Amino acid sequence: MEKPFRRRDLLGIRDLSAAEITGILNTAENFREINQREIKKVPTLRGKTVINLFFENSTRTRTSFELAAKRLSADAVNISVSSSSVTKGETLVDTALNLDAMQPDCIVVRHGSAGVPHQLAKVSRAAIVNAGDGANEHPTQALLDAMTIREHKGTIEGLEVAILGDILHSRVARSNIHLLTKLGARVRVAGPKTLVPRDFEHLVEKDLTVCPHVEDAIRGADVVMILRIQRERQDSAYFPTLREYSIHYGLTNERLDLARKDAIVLHPGPMNRGIEIASEVADSSRSLILDQVKYGVAVRMAVLYLATGGG
Amino acid sequence: MADQYGLIEKSKIMDSSRMTRALSRLASEIVEDNHGARDLYIVGIRRRGVPLAQRIVEKIAELENETPHFGIIDITLYRDDLSTVGANPIVNRTELTHDIEGKNIILVDDVLYTGRTIRAALDQLMDFGRPNRVQLAVLIDRGKEHRELPIQADYIGKTVPTKRTEIIKVMLKEYDDEESVWIYEKPA
Repeated sequence: MEKPFRRRDLLGIRDLSAAEITGILNTAENFREINQREIKKVPTLRGKTVINLFFENSTRTRTSFELAAKRLSADAVNISVSSSSVTKGETLVDTALNLDAMQPDCIVVRHGSAGVPHQLAKVSRAAIVNAGDGANEHPTQALLDAMTIREHKGTIEGLEVAILGDILHSRVARSNIHLLTKLGARVRVAGPKTLVPRDFEHLVEKDLTVCPHVEDAIRGADVVMILRIQRERQDSAYFPTLREYSIHYGLTNERLDLARKDAIVLHPGPMNRGIEIASEVADSSRSLILDQVKYGVAVRMAVLYLATGGG
Repeated sequence: MADQYGLIEKSKIMDSSRMTRALSRLASEIVEDNHGARDLYIVGIRRRGVPLAQRIVEKIAELENETPHFGIIDITLYRDDLSTVGANPIVNRTELTHDIEGKNIILVDDVLYTGRTIRAALDQLMDFGRPNRVQLAVLIDRGKEHRELPIQADYIGKTVPTKRTEIIKVMLKEYDDEESVWIYEKPA
């Protein structure tokens, strides 16, 4: 019998085996059907409580987790940083212990600092799911990206994947690099030199290449994954101006022509149209950005199910 | 002789030909009770109910020159023991591609025991619409004394009174090397 994922917490992709990743993806595939029903709800997690503890703003991820919990009949509670006791001086661990005392079954946490979900997992009895921690990992984003790729390419093994943009600060890039290389893809990353350190190649054992130019990464790629330029970083002088960035690193139709004819384009959102991605690319049939959002709910349903009940 | 799970083989209660005859009889009874194959929707419960349902569909098609709709239900997400099993139940897909509204549904499973699987399947069916009628066909009924819910089968291949310490194994060529039904005993 397949045993896909027997952990209580989902803290990152780095520690998962290829079999565990495939197991989560297979479970998510089967949750997709529920989202297509007229009544999009199953009683699986009735009586369970999921707390979405978000120390960073997020509409897409938080809504996706909330919908996932509700479609499994769990009670979902959202806590955002503006209303959190942390603003009153409470430590992170105290916040976690107080939430834990209310007997939730799962805490979904997003935080600007790397390692926060790991810290909470040590003190909480609830299952901890990492919804993004600093520049470290964003495991459910990588899983939904993988689901989108599998849906359109059939497999991940053997694919050439280009990841473009701010690699240095991107938890999406890190989780994706771990996941894609574990499942047998070859990953090439490119972007401004200030945002793509050369020693990044050491992040994984093999199949990761840092390319000097975005064109080198895109050439012959099956999948082109664009990262959001975090405009708040523009003040840090990682690149001169957004216009410069768009000219040298933005994904345009001309650059995309270097990829394979059937290449697909992914973006974790929210997009900066005309900066990291041209509108004509974002709106083309090769862009699967809305599919990523759609599959996100199924992936998060699978993760909540495995962490709180079926795991 | 003990199997890989330590279960002790007791007796064979059906061989391939008896299974075939039982399924033929079930198909005939279903057609007779429902006045033909019109509006029939045969729904197999994963896992072993699915090939049995497929065979019933084929037999009805031979009898009636009309092939009823065929669907698959996976009850994992409707189980009432998720927190107690802890066995990492694998979720498979439910495939009800035709509208069940107004249809005469025949749920098909290999063994009827406590009735909880059927309860879960009924709950799920109702989430898909409002069928005209739902009936239950099983290859083996282990007897009413084991029932934990008020659920009975309308069509039964064979009734086999069993003890709680016994297990019925339905072997099908789709999953096993043979076609047969066995009683096993759990070790004390």
